[in-house]
Amino acid sequence: MTAPASPTKVRGETILSVDNVVKHFPISRGVLFQKQIGAVKAVDGVSFELRRGETLGVVGESGCGKSTLARLLMRLETPTSGRATLEGRDLFKASGSELRRLRRNMQMVMQDPYTSLNPRMTVGDIIGEPFEIHPDAAPKGSKRKRVQELLDVVGLNPEHVNRYPHQFSGGQRQRIGIARALALRPEVIVCDEPVSALDVSIQAQVINLLEQLQDEFGLSYIFIAHDLSVVRHISDRVAVMYLGKIVEIGTEEEIYERATHPYTQALLSAVPVPDPEAREDRGIIRLTGDVPSPADPPSGCRFRTRCWKAQEVCATQEPHTVLRAADPHPSACHFAEVRPGA
Amino acid sequence: MTQSAVRPTPASPTPPGGHLLEVRDLHVEFRTTEGVARVINGVTYHLDAGETLAVLGESGSGKSVTAQAIMGILDTPPAHVRSGQILYQGRDLLTQSEEQRRQVRGKEIAMIFQDALSALNPVFPVGWQIGETLRQREGMSRADARRRTVELMDLVKIPAAAKRLGDYPHQFSGGMRQRVMIAMALALDPKVLIADEPTTALDVTVQAQIMDLLADLRRDLNMAMILITHDLGVVAGVADRIAVMYAGRIVEHADVRSLYRAPAHPYTKGLLESIPRLDVRGQALSTIKGLPPNLMRIPSGCPFHPRCPYVQQVCVDVVPHDLVLGDGRTSACHFAQEVRDDSAR
Repeated sequence: MTAPASPTKVRGETILSVDNVVKHFPISRGVLFQKQIGAVKAVDGVSFELRRGETLGVVGESGCGKSTLARLLMRLETPTSGRATLEGRDLFKASGSELRRLRRNMQMVMQDPYTSLNPRMTVGDIIGEPFEIHPDAAPKGSKRKRVQELLDVVGLNPEHVNRYPHQFSGGQRQRIGIARALALRPEVIVCDEPVSALDVSIQAQVINLLEQLQDEFGLSYIFIAHDLSVVRHISDRVAVMYLGKIVEIGTEEEIYERATHPYTQALLSAVPVPDPEAREDRGIIRLTGDVPSPADPPSGCRFRTRCWKAQEVCATQEPHTVLRAADPHPSACHFAEVRPGA
Repeated sequence: MTQSAVRPTPASPTPPGGHLLEVRDLHVEFRTTEGVARVINGVTYHLDAGETLAVLGESGSGKSVTAQAIMGILDTPPAHVRSGQILYQGRDLLTQSEEQRRQVRGKEIAMIFQDALSALNPVFPVGWQIGETLRQREGMSRADARRRTVELMDLVKIPAAAKRLGDYPHQFSGGMRQRVMIAMALALDPKVLIADEPTTALDVTVQAQIMDLLADLRRDLNMAMILITHDLGVVAGVADRIAVMYAGRIVEHADVRSLYRAPAHPYTKGLLESIPRLDVRGQALSTIKGLPPNLMRIPSGCPFHPRCPYVQQVCVDVVPHDLVLGDGRTSACHFAQEVRDDSAR
């Protein structure tokens, strides 16, 4: 298998650019005469860039919009507004054959390896299905041989090509999902919680596989997860989401060592550390309450209802994700500062 | 397969009145059409008043089945307790009648489950569900049960408890639902609380709230707690002792600090090395090779031997007994000393 990166493709240049993407799901009432009475603001103005060969981690709690973001990028949902370009081509305006071409370059690994594989298809059919949809990308010779190559790449036995998904364990199924995503030699892979359904001892195997494939094929990942330790391990840059917005974005070190947004700080401090001695000298920030409903987010800063720093201005003025004096990476807080002693 | 003899468990000597709860050499199997799965193969652990024991293991290790056996809520069939004892205050629960066990369940030993949404009944208000236990078991009147329910909801810090009595489970957030579950478990003032993955379905910030609540309640009500989890991070914060399970056995048993400082079983060591840590940068993730065993065909000798980096011929032939290490801990590994010394380095 040859790496798809040709000499003209420079590592580090922007491959995917997302600009102010919005997705509102309408809430309607009435049966015959449906009337929209509101909207769930799942993704509400998200912008970021993904560079070639890097991993951008997206973290946040459930309901923050990270999975909707993934589905928007794959065009599984239609955005309410906003723009996204993949290698300069408009992702949201494309349709028909153009969209198919774009999708060839961007594939997805799903969270649940039990429901994302068709139980009635053999592994060979599952991994080979992308070639049916994209005949021009199908291998010239034997499709079966290419499928077996892919199985080998993800560390499965190529002889198992005729088996069914139920004959594999969770970790092995996730490898099948990864092989399917690799089939068309994409440059970007969106991983939506790829390891959260797996046991700890299997999780490390899949993370290592993803890292090894990235080196081998020059892949760029958008790695969505709620597990902050996993995200730190795999990511070059990290975006933190809260209620449909990115509240802070920066390099792995900027986010984990010098976070300036209170939400990021609280999130990091709440992660249980598997070391009884290390955790005693960590100051844990206890957030009160739950995440507000995305159908009715608070005015101004969306985090203010749970924030210990909240002032008058937080309720009236929405902080933008811009560079702050505290540490030169974008953070959406009026009072951004690095946590003392952290 | 050899049966392990009953051994004294480590870390604390038997108190004069015996342990509060003691599981002795428990064997449970699932009889299915495809064959017999040996799910629990000689589990022995104990719990004393006021302490927290964490039972750690991956899916299929038997950690939840042990808890279900204690509660007497195993699905029989297919589950059958083959042998063993479960002593609560010295009495063997397994020999008791269903009526006697019912008296223990809830009143002496209560349990909370991982998925609060499916554990609660969606068609009844939460206040009614918490109060049901009080009306049925304590014979309280509706008004008394209602008063006590509000107290319980306050105890688990559900805001505006009196107003939320009539709300249905779907109107609560994940964290609040778990609090409702905890309130139900506390209704009869149990001495032992078994928490089966209580925070697995929750977000980190909410997880921290629930773990704090459980720790506070345990202290204030002087309950003993068995915390069942797969999360090495959660355990480190709250447990006094840890029992690590693999393929239906306890492979290592130690107090929290020594276990994290120097694991003495290759499985525990592998687990600790395979999780990415938030506070450590640039570490390489080592993996445990292979897969957990099929419980219908547990490997000979030490069940971990096909995945173990320390494997020798003896591991294939002989089931390792719990090796008591100097500092009052046990490890079911032929090379426990070496593993511990390697880890300490």
